[in-house]
Amino acid sequence: MSADAKTEILARIRGALADQPAVAETPREYRKTSELSREEIVEMLEDRLLDYKANVFRETAETVAERIATQLGASARYVIPDVFDTAFLPEDTAARRAIVDPNDARKASALGVRELNQVDAVVTSSTVSCAQTGTIFLSGRPNEGRRAITLVPDHHICIVPLDSIVELIPEAMARVEPTAPTTMISGPSATSDIELERVEGVHGPRTLDVILLG
Amino acid sequence: MSITDLGMPAVRPVHGQGNLHAQVAFPKAAKEELKNDQMRANIRHATHTIRGKRANVVGEVPDWQQLRDAGSAIKERVMANLPELLEAFEQNVIARGGVVHWARDADEANRIVTELVQETGTSDVIKVKSMATQEIGLDAHLEEHGITATETDLAELIVQLGHDKPSHILVPAIHKNREEIREIFRREMPETTDELTSEPRVLAEAARQHLREKFLATRVAISGANFGIADTGTLSVVESEGNGRMCLTLPDTLITVMGIEKLLPSYEDLEVFFQLLPRSSTGERMNPYTSLWTGVTPGDGPQNFHVVLLDNGRSAVLSDPDGRSALHCIRCSACLNVCPVYEHAGGHAYGSTYPGPIGAILSPQLTGITSEENASLPYASSLCGACYQVCPVKINIPDILVHLRDEDIRTKHGERTQDDAAPAPVSHDLATESADNWRSEKALTGDADSERTDPGTRSRGATVRGAASDVAASVRSAGRKISKSAPAKKVPTQMDAMMKGASFVMSSGKRMSLAEKGLPLGRVVAGRDHAIGWLPGMVGGWTQQRDIPEPPKQSFRNWWKKHEGETEQRLAQDGVVAFASSEESADGPATTRRTEQDDAVPAIPPENSAKQPTAEPDQLGNGTNDQDGAQR
Amino acid sequence: MRIALFATCIVDAMYPKVALATVRVLERLGHEVVFPQGQGCCSQMHVNSGYFDDAMPVIRNHVKAFTEVEFDVAVAPSGSCVASLGHQQPMVARKCGDDLLAEQAADVAANTYELSELLIDVLGVTDAAEQLGSWFPDTVTYHPSCHGMRLLDLGDRQKDLVKSVGGIDYRELPDAEECCGFGGTFSFKNPDVSGAMAEAKLRNIEASGASLCTGGDSSCLMHLGGAASKRKAPVRTVHFVEILASTKENPLVVEGPVELSIPARGARVASNAGGNR
Repeated sequence: MSADAKTEILARIRGALADQPAVAETPREYRKTSELSREEIVEMLEDRLLDYKANVFRETAETVAERIATQLGASARYVIPDVFDTAFLPEDTAARRAIVDPNDARKASALGVRELNQVDAVVTSSTVSCAQTGTIFLSGRPNEGRRAITLVPDHHICIVPLDSIVELIPEAMARVEPTAPTTMISGPSATSDIELERVEGVHGPRTLDVILLG
Repeated sequence: MSITDLGMPAVRPVHGQGNLHAQVAFPKAAKEELKNDQMRANIRHATHTIRGKRANVVGEVPDWQQLRDAGSAIKERVMANLPELLEAFEQNVIARGGVVHWARDADEANRIVTELVQETGTSDVIKVKSMATQEIGLDAHLEEHGITATETDLAELIVQLGHDKPSHILVPAIHKNREEIREIFRREMPETTDELTSEPRVLAEAARQHLREKFLATRVAISGANFGIADTGTLSVVESEGNGRMCLTLPDTLITVMGIEKLLPSYEDLEVFFQLLPRSSTGERMNPYTSLWTGVTPGDGPQNFHVVLLDNGRSAVLSDPDGRSALHCIRCSACLNVCPVYEHAGGHAYGSTYPGPIGAILSPQLTGITSEENASLPYASSLCGACYQVCPVKINIPDILVHLRDEDIRTKHGERTQDDAAPAPVSHDLATESADNWRSEKALTGDADSERTDPGTRSRGATVRGAASDVAASVRSAGRKISKSAPAKKVPTQMDAMMKGASFVMSSGKRMSLAEKGLPLGRVVAGRDHAIGWLPGMVGGWTQQRDIPEPPKQSFRNWWKKHEGETEQRLAQDGVVAFASSEESADGPATTRRTEQDDAVPAIPPENSAKQPTAEPDQLGNGTNDQDGAQR
Repeated sequence: MRIALFATCIVDAMYPKVALATVRVLERLGHEVVFPQGQGCCSQMHVNSGYFDDAMPVIRNHVKAFTEVEFDVAVAPSGSCVASLGHQQPMVARKCGDDLLAEQAADVAANTYELSELLIDVLGVTDAAEQLGSWFPDTVTYHPSCHGMRLLDLGDRQKDLVKSVGGIDYRELPDAEECCGFGGTFSFKNPDVSGAMAEAKLRNIEASGASLCTGGDSSCLMHLGGAASKRKAPVRTVHFVEILASTKENPLVVEGPVELSIPARGARVASNAGGNR
């Protein structure tokens, strides 16, 4: 049945293209390489993220753990991906502790969606960030985890290493593995569906803390 | 039916079905919608808000035009290479663990999806907002088979809970304001209380609470796709709320319905569209969430993945070289947001899943201009061109609208078969009308001369015949789809007669001159208030909304014949002297020297002296005075 | 320079004053104006209504009329009709299989200017008061008609000329770029939406505080003026070249074909400074 449909659809399309439309070379005159300084690019990312109502912090390897502790608050159960530099994290306390997800839903220790719905936050790293649009790319790498852990918890603390920030979308996309499960995040979840006015906070994490690390 | 074989398989593309047909012709539907002041106010507010936002974020991109050029060219390439790209896409999806289905039309797509859901043993699915599934009426079909589909996009949820119809591509509930949305939520969501306010933030929170359990519990999701990448098999959904991520990530099974035109050749092409789409759509630099997935990723996301490739009339659109670029549409809705017709009439007036300017060219092409209702859509535009100006992929909507009007007229004249979507090459049949059919022209133009139709009206046929051997010409002319054995020609309409008459008059200065001498007749009709408030027939549409100015006593053409040489008098009347000879002034900035008041000796009467009883009959006056009555 | 006037059918038949004003302005600059008597229409009404076959004789006639007469450049007081020459005539001719006519039409179009283009780009007019003696002491706003704005990229040319008229009190029009709702065939195929669009435009004109709205296309102005008249709105419309042609000695009187709503013995809009009666 489906094979018949395929044959017929392809035949229809070939018939529709009987005029053999000529195709010109695709002009790609748009910007593909930034001309800004590193600091300008970082500032741009910060500006864009703040515009989206994300919280942005500039931290170093020495200060990052304290920042994460502050953002988590004294009492929090939070998820981290399987591979994560624990030096960046605050010491676990009785009221605040990290839960490691194995990055594979098939494993017994993987957190179910209802467990993820119960945790307070998630802390991950990121692949690359685009300053022009204020976009952070997650592509399922070991220190970013599988998609569900950055989706269900209501608070996402995301580390953006300074050297992973680029200005332009083409520069960012070039750093992502095309077939990786990828999520591009530009601020906390939002909607413009009521009178086309943007309000933040719907189904995805309503709080996005971005830590610019370097 | 006679289709000359161009060496290609003579398979006729088939038009689409589903929620694409207007039930009521646009003018009639619009007339009703215009009465809904609240809807109009809501749409006006929303579209003006988004216009400003879009203009700001587009304005800050220095290479916007280059991105549009690239986007347009990429889509052109997609259409030209669609069979190869579809096959490559299929192979790559399969290689990454996905299953590909092909659906010729809405019925087949609905059947495939329903069976896939039934195979999972569930009767509940969650849905990401999708134009394709709206087009095919999937929700209703699932319901008929005992499957409940929950729309998770906020605007779709508002429409679903309100038992309403979508009216906008991006924001289906754009016709509802916050108070109306609050009412719907309060009525349809049992968990809400009277504390629910109309604050958008509060309403968004209510939607979160309402859908949270659905997301966690439902095992099957259905989505559309913004883009499919041929060279990787990757799919992408662009969204804001996170409902898309929920549907694409949490369930066990994901079924994606994608129109065949949604492909892009390579992953690299996304860098263009991820810049064009959000800025054109929500007026944001980037939408909050974009998901990309390729087949199945073990241990992450749905482990059963199906994609349904939908034709449903797209191949028919593709068959028209002059209309196929409508398939370039990336559903941003920028054209709706700037369209003054959409702003006043609203989305429901278009009667199709695809409203607004893009809908006016896409819906009738998907279905064919067969029904009077959809044939009215290409006329639902003032051709102002705002849509083309903002289109991120440069679809020349006004030109396609005009092209479709030509298709419509020729369909009505029987010069084109109504159901023939295949690119028939140019016919050798002239199928031109005999002048005998058009006797009414004299009455319409007031032309006393008994000239017959200008022979020029038939020369197209002759030219086409002469060029028939020219392959290039025949391929190009194939865009007009002239049929050899045309259906019986219908009786000319009043519009046909008017156009034929106007063509006859306007194709000759002499006839224009004669016709214009009939103008004073209009002055009688205009009467003493100098504005024609009512006229029967065709012109009724005009006079319902506007008065017609009283025609002048004389056309410029006829006046000029007697007054051409009176340059000096004109200058004197205006109190100026031309500064320079034409040679001098052509070389440098022009100036005019004013004359002294005393020098101004009008040799022809000032225009407004028409008010004086001495006004001459050949005066280029506008005759707004009572004395004119003496001439009638 | 020898300038051929393409009056356009609506101006020729309904607004001869606009053609005359065009002549007056060009003559003041020392140019000779010729009117090819063979001219008819640009064919836009037929093309936009989908009657391509009926458009062909009209196109053929236009090309003939503007080929058989000698001139340096052609001009029309309409952005829409000029846009139609270059944008539609060749397209329709080509679709109807007449490539030669398509080329000829493109050639004629290439040498035909919209009036403000000609005045500014070719004739170097930047200050209407100074260079044309233009004088019109009234409150005026300006509606940019769609085809001039979007198909010819006229930008602010027409508006700049109007603003440079002596004595003028120029007011900006809110949402100026929104279509007035005329749209040719649209105006009677979709009269209700067209009327709603006109109402929105009329509201904006009233909000501008101007007593008069000017523009570069008599068709749009007729639609707006007619809609105002029907609704008894205090809005009058006039083509911008009539404002340019207005002088102290021979001031513009807004009445007649352009002016629709004033009483038969209508009040003058222009000041009486010229006192030429």
